[in-house]
Amino acid sequence: MTEPRDKNNWAANVERLHVEGVPDGARSDTVEGRRLTGALQGFGQLWQKTYQVPIPGHTPQHVVSTWKAEYGRFWPRTNRFYAPIAGIKPGEVGLIRGSSGPVRLSTGVMVVYADETSFTYMTPEGHPFAGWITFSAESVDGVTRAQALALIRANDPLYELAFMFGGNRQEDRMWQHTLASLAEYLDAPANVTTNRVKVDGRRQWNRFGNIRHNSVLRTMFRRA
Amino acid sequence: MDTTTAFTTRPEGSNVTVIDVVGEITAASEPVLMEAFATAARARAVVLNFTGLDYMNSSGIGLLVTLLIRARRNNQALRACGLSDHYRQILALTRLDEAIAIFETEAAAIAA
Repeated sequence: MTEPRDKNNWAANVERLHVEGVPDGARSDTVEGRRLTGALQGFGQLWQKTYQVPIPGHTPQHVVSTWKAEYGRFWPRTNRFYAPIAGIKPGEVGLIRGSSGPVRLSTGVMVVYADETSFTYMTPEGHPFAGWITFSAESVDGVTRAQALALIRANDPLYELAFMFGGNRQEDRMWQHTLASLAEYLDAPANVTTNRVKVDGRRQWNRFGNIRHNSVLRTMFRRA
Repeated sequence: MDTTTAFTTRPEGSNVTVIDVVGEITAASEPVLMEAFATAARARAVVLNFTGLDYMNSSGIGLLVTLLIRARRNNQALRACGLSDHYRQILALTRLDEAIAIFETEAAAIAA
């Protein structure tokens, strides 16, 4: 049997996350030992959110290699991404510290897929969202277009409430900022478009118990 | 890259439809896969036979989630067979295996 072409693009299956080396200022206690959560394991409504920006004059490969190398640079200042030491490669775990007003959050993501023109993060238990976010670039009519596509649902009822009352827009702003920064870094205008589709309007009440992993609560109690 | 992707449907009895997946599952597969799934709208169970799958990226996983949501909406079961170890690992990694029943053979998936 021939080897699948995507074999080296996917992370190996892991039962629980392990963080290799924690950078100064980062925390791994809300990631270490956690399971990954896909869009089927979360609580809230399922959304597909697409953010796009044209970046003329660069190949999709160059846009994505830049994005991987400088990923955290494009985030808003309120959040910090600690890239994996080995870089954005399948199986690597990145750590995140974020804040929104008085609310602080420590969490992370795992790179589950990466190739020359895309990479995908999956979130751990306790992260605000359960699901995947794929960063990619492709050529459309000869112009490279960068895209972030999230297929996510709030991980637990508290996050779902936050998502309903401002979190949804806040998340939009986060990725709009990211794409705009990427475009500006590559000398392109920051004309970001946003598209939101509710894929599943139902809440998964059997996932109510996800709240026990909530990283905001755990971060808050650990500070107190 | 020159590849051939096809999703052909076969009714198996009155309750089950098999979709043969050949080639790739990527974002570009969406219209064809959804069209194939639409032809199975009356089946109580849809079996995805992945024997001919030779490439899937993370957008492909997103497509499978969308398919699963549609199946749930239609009260249909979604089953899979013909997965190589590699793709079985990917479904485990992404925890899709908790929602899509996986069978060794097509016969077992149809009979379930």
